This record gives sequence, structure tokens and C-alpha cells, in this order.
Amino acid sequence: MKQLEGQIRIPSGCAISAVISTSGERMSGEGIIKSMIPMHDRSNGLGGGFAGYGIYPEYRDYFALHLFFDSRSARADCEKYLHDEVEVVKSERMPTRTTAEITDEPMIWRYFVTPLRSVLAERQQNENEFMARLVMHINACLDGCHVFSSGKNMGVFKAVGFPEDVGRFYRLDEYGAYSWTAHGRYPTNTPGWWGGAHPFSLLDFSVVHNGEISSYDANRRFIEMFGYKCTLQTDTEVITYIADYLVRRQGLTLEELASVIAAPFWSTIARAPEAEREKLTYLRTAFPSLLVTGPFSIVLGFSGGLMALNDRLKLRSMVVGEKGDRVFIASEESAIRAIEPDAENVWAPAGGEPVIVRVKEGRY
Amino acid sequence: MTIDARGRDFAALNEAIRAAGGFCEVRGCVGQRFIAAGMSGCDIKIFGVPGNALGAYLNGGTIEVFGNAQDAVGDTMNSGSIIVHGSIGDTAGYAMRGGEIYVRGNAGYRAGIHMKAYQDKLPVMVIGGCAGSFIGEYLAGGIIAVFGLGEPGRPPVSNFPCTGMHGGKLYVRGACENIVFPKQVSARPAGDGDLEQISALAARYCGYFGGSAAEIMDSPFTVVTPDSRSPYKQMYVAD
Repeated sequence: MKQLEGQIRIPSGCAISAVISTSGERMSGEGIIKSMIPMHDRSNGLGGGFAGYGIYPEYRDYFALHLFFDSRSARADCEKYLHDEVEVVKSERMPTRTTAEITDEPMIWRYFVTPLRSVLAERQQNENEFMARLVMHINACLDGCHVFSSGKNMGVFKAVGFPEDVGRFYRLDEYGAYSWTAHGRYPTNTPGWWGGAHPFSLLDFSVVHNGEISSYDANRRFIEMFGYKCTLQTDTEVITYIADYLVRRQGLTLEELASVIAAPFWSTIARAPEAEREKLTYLRTAFPSLLVTGPFSIVLGFSGGLMALNDRLKLRSMVVGEKGDRVFIASEESAIRAIEPDAENVWAPAGGEPVIVRVKEGRY
Repeated sequence: MTIDARGRDFAALNEAIRAAGGFCEVRGCVGQRFIAAGMSGCDIKIFGVPGNALGAYLNGGTIEVFGNAQDAVGDTMNSGSIIVHGSIGDTAGYAMRGGEIYVRGNAGYRAGIHMKAYQDKLPVMVIGGCAGSFIGEYLAGGIIAVFGLGEPGRPPVSNFPCTGMHGGKLYVRGACENIVFPKQVSARPAGDGDLEQISALAARYCGYFGGSAAEIMDSPFTVVTPDSRSPYKQMYVAD
């Protein structure tokens, strides 16, 4: 039997890249694929993936569910469940390109859905909460079904393979997004499988991550108390749920989110100006179980923007550059230069210093 | 001889450099790793962005980069010179045990981590701009100098400098009044012997990048050395 995540440990890095147009201009996926090529050796072919924002303007008011199915019967079970819970306005096989590099693909489908108003009223839930629970239910309870993307006007595309091959497989050159994130995986500790590739996503949050979270179990135990189910046994998943919990449910800002998961050392907090010190102390005290330790560099995608963040000790590399209305974030400067040779203001954010880039209001 | 790096992976690029006998100009570099790893007696000029571990295990010769370099420049280098006209990424000079690294711009985190010296081997790293946190972490030997030029108002070194230092010297341009050093090291104004050494480094820096050594020296300097009465214990676990 094939061993999945959590059943085997493979001791062994990763590559991340992202681009955003602050004027909301749509970019095809070709650029982001190109940026991953110089970082080829940071991955080992066991996982690659992308998230694009603004790609489904014609369905912008519907949740776009991307699913992997192990079998026809799994798909039939899932569709039956979906029809009980949501209105499906469109369902289709995910458009892919047959290539020599990507093999053994599961059945990949996408659905544009909206929760039934009657069901929302009966459960006294808003649509985001309802959809988050629906995703958790499918991933935890329906065998052979895995929702890997569930936001509005955005989508995650991932597979086992090198990122550039995964991008071509999903025909990303045919999409237009105002922001893209990308990941090349070199699985640490666990094997690669389609669901275990990055980005990890819930509603419109998506996370690509280079690193290894030593606080994973502490974070998981805390977040599972609020209905999140860590079904993938891979560390990055928990960061996505922490972002959803702190930002969507607790109403924290992205800066505050960064101060929780990459909280400064107490000795650094002690030297901060008073107002800042009080705030940081409050956040570290209120959410101690959501401090994420161990090496990480992440890009968090959300509707209308991106946030890049390193762990507080900066144990992984990350650089930021810009040109015109474009901002680039990547594990290596070479990835930025690959798509924008004339990138300006290339700099490396400090550990725990969030870099938040937003599309101008009204442009996405 | 000029080598076009475009379309070559790191292995093919390094092969071409070796085939040129180590005397070449590399153009269009985009992230190829391990350039000139383990070479000696080379003279390589690089345009574009060289990849991680540039000049790892370098055993002599000169590498000059006309732009930025990425992480782990001069990892474990033994001898020779690496000169970078831009900025560099994290962990430059990791476990370096000889030779010199000169950087015109800034350095990322952990520059000079675990540099060491032995007998006639004395590694030197000079950073013209500012350095990120943890400069000289676990420093065991050799000399690191940070001038903090180019960004007025930004401290030359950031948080947790010299954590775990047990040998070697860090020179920082300025009085370092607002910089917190760990208890295990001693930071004090540079003495005459130190200033003489710094002045030689500044002259060499200006030889590579231009500028006035006298202007660099027109400032107080701080020297940081380990304090053997208060040895390093731990940091990561308790905090």
C-alpha cells in the first residue's frame, strides 16, 4: 500500500515565488512559472503548485471548489453531498494538458457553488463559515475526496511534479490573475502526494511555505479546538487555518497576525516603544499557542493582496523587489530577475517583519 | 573568455568555467549555485545574480560580482577573495576559515556565522552597508567589519549580534550606543591597534569599490570580542 503523509518520514528544502500587480492588471501564469525555473534545484519533483487571484471574474460571486477524487464513486458521493448543501451553478473537469512529466493524476474537478439561503438561515451561519465547515467535512469525512481550493475568484492548482511542469499541466498560461503565488516542494519528513503539495488553502486564504514548523503539534492542538481539522499531516496546513481563525474569525489585522505567529522575542518586545510593547505583549499572551516556531518563509495570498513573512529568527531566505506596479517576492533574487531583469529596490525583509502588498482599492 | 550563463544549469556552468581554466567573465547569471566551488587560482567576473553557495570551499583566486549575490557566499572558503559590488543574502562566510569577502552593500542575517582562524589562516569579512541580525553568530575566529554606510539612521548591525561568539573580532563603525550585545561578549571603543587594522581594511575596501578611506575612518569604532569570564550558554530554548 502506498504510504501517505504521516506514515513515513523522509528527512531531507522548498522554493516560493509570488507576484502582484498593485493596479490589478491581469497577468497570465507564464511569468510565475518562469520565475520558478532558476530555483528548480530547491524542489525534488514531489510537489509543485500555484494560487491565482482574480482568475474567475465571470463567477466572482461563487465559491470555486477545486477537488481531487480517488474514484468515480468518491465523486458521486461528494456531488450528492454538495447538491444537498449548495447550489452548483457549474461543474466541470479541470482543464489540464497531457504531459509526459505529470502522471498518476487523480480525477480533478471544479465546481462553482453558492450556499443555499435556506440552509444558511437554518444553521445561523454566514456563508464563509458555512463554506469553511463544508470544506472541513469533505476533507475529513468523505473518503477519496479532497477540496484543495475553496475561495471566490481565486484558485489553487497543485500536483506531484516540478512546479514548472505543474503550471503547464494546469494550463496556467490561459488564466489571468492580479496576483500569483507558487511553490516548489522538497518534502521534509513526509512523502509527496497531490493533496500534500502547496499552496494550502481555505476560502480565499492560501499559503506557500518554505521551512519546517517545529511547533506544528502545539498549533494543531489549539486550532482543532475551533473546528479546524488538520487532515493532511503536513505542517503548512495549520498556518492557513491560523490565518483564517485570527483574521476572519477574530478580526485581527494582517500585521497583528504576523505579530502572533512570528512574535518577537520578549527581550525585543521589552525594548519597543510603550504602545507597541503593550500590543505585542497582549498578542503574545492572548495567543501563545499560535506562535509558530522553526524555520519558515511564507507568502499568504488573500483577495486583493499578498503578505510575505519570515520566522522571527529568519531561518529561511526571502527577497522582495519591485518594478512599476509589480511587486515580487521569492526565495531567491534569481527568481525575480528571471521575470523582471530590471527589478528595483531588491531587499530582504527582517525576520518577523511582514511585507503586505495590496491591489489598489476597486481594482480587483 | 566570456561565458553566457543563460540556459545552463549549475553543473553545465561550472563545467564551462573549469574548461576556461577558471579565467572568465560570466554573463547573464540567474541563480546557478556553487559557482567556482573548490576552485583555486581563478579569476572570475560575474554579471547577473549568482546562486547560493558562490565560491563555496574556494581555495584561492578572485571572484568579483557586479551586482547582488544570494545566500551562503564563501561557505567554508579556505583562501582567495570574493568581492561583491551589490548586497548579499544570509549566512555569508559560513564556517569560513581563510581568505576575504568584501561587500559594498548590505549583508543579510548571520553574516560570518562560525568563522574560524587557525595559525596563518585569518578570514576577513568587510561589509560596507548594514548587516542583519545574528552577525558573527558562534564566531570562533577571524575578523568581521561593518561600516554601516549608505543608510543613515539604520544601525550598522541588527538584533542579537555575536550570539554565541567565542573567538575572533567584530568591528562596527560607530559608538553602538543603542545596540544590545549579549552578556557573553565585551563591546568597547576600538583601541590604537584595532584602528590600525580597521584602517587597512577600509583602504582595501576603497581599493575595490572607490570612496574615501579617510571618510570611513572619520568615526568612532566599536570592537567586540568574547568575554571568557562569561561564556555562552544558550539562547533558543529559554526564550
